[in-house]
Amino acid sequence: MLEIINLTKVYEGNVQALDNVSFNVQPGEFLAVIGLSGSGKSTLLRCINRLVEPTNGEVIWDGVDVTKAGPDELRRIRRQIGMIFQHFNLVERSKVLTNVLAGRLGYTNPAMSLVNRFSKSDVEMAYKQLERVGITDQANKRADELSGGQQQRVSIARAMMQNPKIILADEPVASLDPVLAHSIMQYLEKINKEDGVTIICSLHFLDLVHRYANRAIALNAGVLMFDGAPKEIDDGKFKEIYGKEAERVG
Amino acid sequence: MRCDLKKKSSILKSLRTGLLIAISIIVFAYAFQVTNVNFETTRSEVRITQLTRVLRALAKPELVKYDTTEEEISTPFYLPCPENNEIEEIEKNANEAYIQTSVICASPKETITVEGFNMPANIKGPVNFLAASGVKRQLANFETNSEGYFTVDVVIPTRQPVAEAQYITATIRTTTGLPKWTETAKATWDKIIETVFIALLATTIGTAASIPISFIAARNLMKDSTSTPTSTALNIIGFPIGAYLGYIFSKWVIDLLSPLEKNVFVTLIGLIISGLIAYLSLRKGLPSEDIKKPSTSVRIQRFIFIFIAGLMTIISIILFGEFTKLIGNALENILGPIGFLGYALFQIGDITLMLVPAITAIAFGGVVVSLFNKVGLSLQDNLNTKILKIINILLSTIAGAILFALVMAVINWFYQFNNPRISLYYPVLIGGFAGFILAVIAKPKHPLPTGFIIYTVTRTILNALRSIEPLVMAIIAVIWVGIGPFAGSLALALHTIAALAKLYSEQVESIDDGPLEAIHATGANKLQTIVFAVIPQIIPPYISFTMYRWDINVRMSTIIGFVGGGGIGFLLQQNINLLSYRAASVQMLAIAVVVASMDYVSSKIRERIV
Ligand SMILES: Nc1ncnc2c1ncn2[C@@H]1O[C@H](COP(=O)(O)OP(=O)(O)O)[C@@H](O)[C@H]1O
Ligand SMILES: [Mg+2]
Repeated sequence: MLEIINLTKVYEGNVQALDNVSFNVQPGEFLAVIGLSGSGKSTLLRCINRLVEPTNGEVIWDGVDVTKAGPDELRRIRRQIGMIFQHFNLVERSKVLTNVLAGRLGYTNPAMSLVNRFSKSDVEMAYKQLERVGITDQANKRADELSGGQQQRVSIARAMMQNPKIILADEPVASLDPVLAHSIMQYLEKINKEDGVTIICSLHFLDLVHRYANRAIALNAGVLMFDGAPKEIDDGKFKEIYGKEAERVG
Repeated sequence: MRCDLKKKSSILKSLRTGLLIAISIIVFAYAFQVTNVNFETTRSEVRITQLTRVLRALAKPELVKYDTTEEEISTPFYLPCPENNEIEEIEKNANEAYIQTSVICASPKETITVEGFNMPANIKGPVNFLAASGVKRQLANFETNSEGYFTVDVVIPTRQPVAEAQYITATIRTTTGLPKWTETAKATWDKIIETVFIALLATTIGTAASIPISFIAARNLMKDSTSTPTSTALNIIGFPIGAYLGYIFSKWVIDLLSPLEKNVFVTLIGLIISGLIAYLSLRKGLPSEDIKKPSTSVRIQRFIFIFIAGLMTIISIILFGEFTKLIGNALENILGPIGFLGYALFQIGDITLMLVPAITAIAFGGVVVSLFNKVGLSLQDNLNTKILKIINILLSTIAGAILFALVMAVINWFYQFNNPRISLYYPVLIGGFAGFILAVIAKPKHPLPTGFIIYTVTRTILNALRSIEPLVMAIIAVIWVGIGPFAGSLALALHTIAALAKLYSEQVESIDDGPLEAIHATGANKLQTIVFAVIPQIIPPYISFTMYRWDINVRMSTIIGFVGGGGIGFLLQQNINLLSYRAASVQMLAIAVVVASMDYVSSKIRERIV
């Protein structure tokens, strides 16, 4: 369903963030992306929905090349791709409900959202998504009144409002403590298993990769170093991915 | 070695410091000369007396006055002394106020002393000579002490000799009743109200206009907007054409509708019908959600509906303008004391009608641009690079020619070259050539940073506007719309737009990027991103900057009258020129009170919100 072909990104100042990266994603997969910070994980995820404009290469989504899509086409593609961020990226001064409803924006007519109006069914759906992540009672609070774990759940609800076929999660648990991390990962797992949503998730800790992902790819300085099942990452591979001095923990 | 180096550098350092000090001394010495610093004048006796007088007048604002009653105390006086020296002495009642002269007769030019007893304490008044003819002449002023006594020397005036008694009088003025506002106070009140409203109008209009401008002037919102060379060229060609068509169209519709102008009911019905059609076709044209990509026929259908909605909106805006004008006119006469509501309605209608051609021109320009954009995109997708390049060169040449011709038309308006070669042929040739070269050099599919260009141009214009002082703008506005508060409001509004748009856009630039990214990722377009991710983040700073600007506008509106911009400044300047410092003092007091209280209110509001 998603095919990345020779993807390359060179930022201004000649920073090579991605170097000829190619891989495929099958429907229903839980794919982990690992690598040191600065290895290009965020860039890779953002190139898929073109939050970052790739320098070269193709991203084929359902047979359409995302990199060549016009504005309307891109809008239709993006709304099928949910995204979750390390720092949640909620609009902090807005209500939780508004934040969740924002996930519908790709479907609503711009003229309607100009006056902040959502259809009744959208609002119902928003409550249903909040219920799934267990924070219905927080719906009318301001987003910045919530704890980190709760905020990440709001952002999952927001992504789910898109009826996504795939969710890109960029280090979704990196700013949460370990207990909360597992609860967030379990929500993602549930979405993956129950709703059949494909998940591409960049992760820091290998134990999380082993526990949740059924496939992993690894980047080092923008180069794809590994593509396979998490349990295939042996000590040799590990050193290749994380460098010689890295110690394996957990 | 190291030590040496250190020493050297420290010597260099102290040399540099010494040089800096010398330079600053020279600069300040020169500044003294340039600014005519002369403290001798501050010590000059004449000036100090003058200053004292003015400061004392300023300390006594002419705010209230009292009704007064006058009582004349008199004592007979003979001028000249009668020959037989037979003068009746009058008994003075020692319990009442009376005055006494040192002598009871005298010749002209003699000096006598007048004393007063039992007068009211601490009052001032005139001492008069009341001649037999009934003519009064003031001789001196008296001032009683705390016991009601005064003494004053007067010179007897030269008068025709008269045998009977004439009188020396002292007038006691007593204030009665409650204090009343002086005319100055009333005029000041009127003008201070005017002043506050100038500031209010300027701030609201300025804020409303600068919000959308601030988005265009925000780098983070604009930097990602790019368009392909083909689309860019098509836009440059398309916008002026569309705008011109829109302008012609709106004029035509206004003419067409003008027969309705006199009839309120027909106008109202027309307004309702056109509004309804606009609303319904908009609903048809804008479905709330699109799950799948709509088919071409559906899209054409929608386009037609939206087009109809657009036309009907223009018509209803025109009718709305006409209607409010009519109603406003009628109400102004009916409403009596609150007739200003009608006046306001009329003005709103008038402004609406005035803006219709501009709005229509921009709307038509926008429609043509978005159509051309689609054309540009499909050209880019469907043509191979070579043909695209040729098309780009062609379009870009035309676009360059049009752009230069338009810019030159503006320049020509200022300088009046009266020479088509300079104002048309050369610009077209140069522009066309520049466009040609650009298109030859540029890769045919490489996106151009249009957003960044628009941002830069907007910022430049804002900076230029902001550097023109509101007082200067007011002078120009006065030439345009005449002396009065309208000119002041226009000038302040314009300056407010420039200043606020800059401040606002800096706030937009400093917002958190994360939410923007997240909203973008949901498939939201630029407009939705602004509504959902930008606006919630900028509301507090926007309110705080608006209040800050309101403070400035209140201050500015108090002096904009100096150049004819209306408000209290006009009165103040007039009184200063007339040397009526006590009246000027009232205006200064009013300004101080208003500025201080607005400061207080706005700081309270800011506290509440931020
Ligand atoms: N906007 C940007 N401009 C320039 N360089 C960038 C930008 N974003 C990321 N980079 C660089 O690209 C490389 C990859 O970054 P990133 O994708 O954020 O890695 P990761 O998410 O794995 O930490 C890094 O060297 C980073 O400094
Ligand atoms: Mg990252």
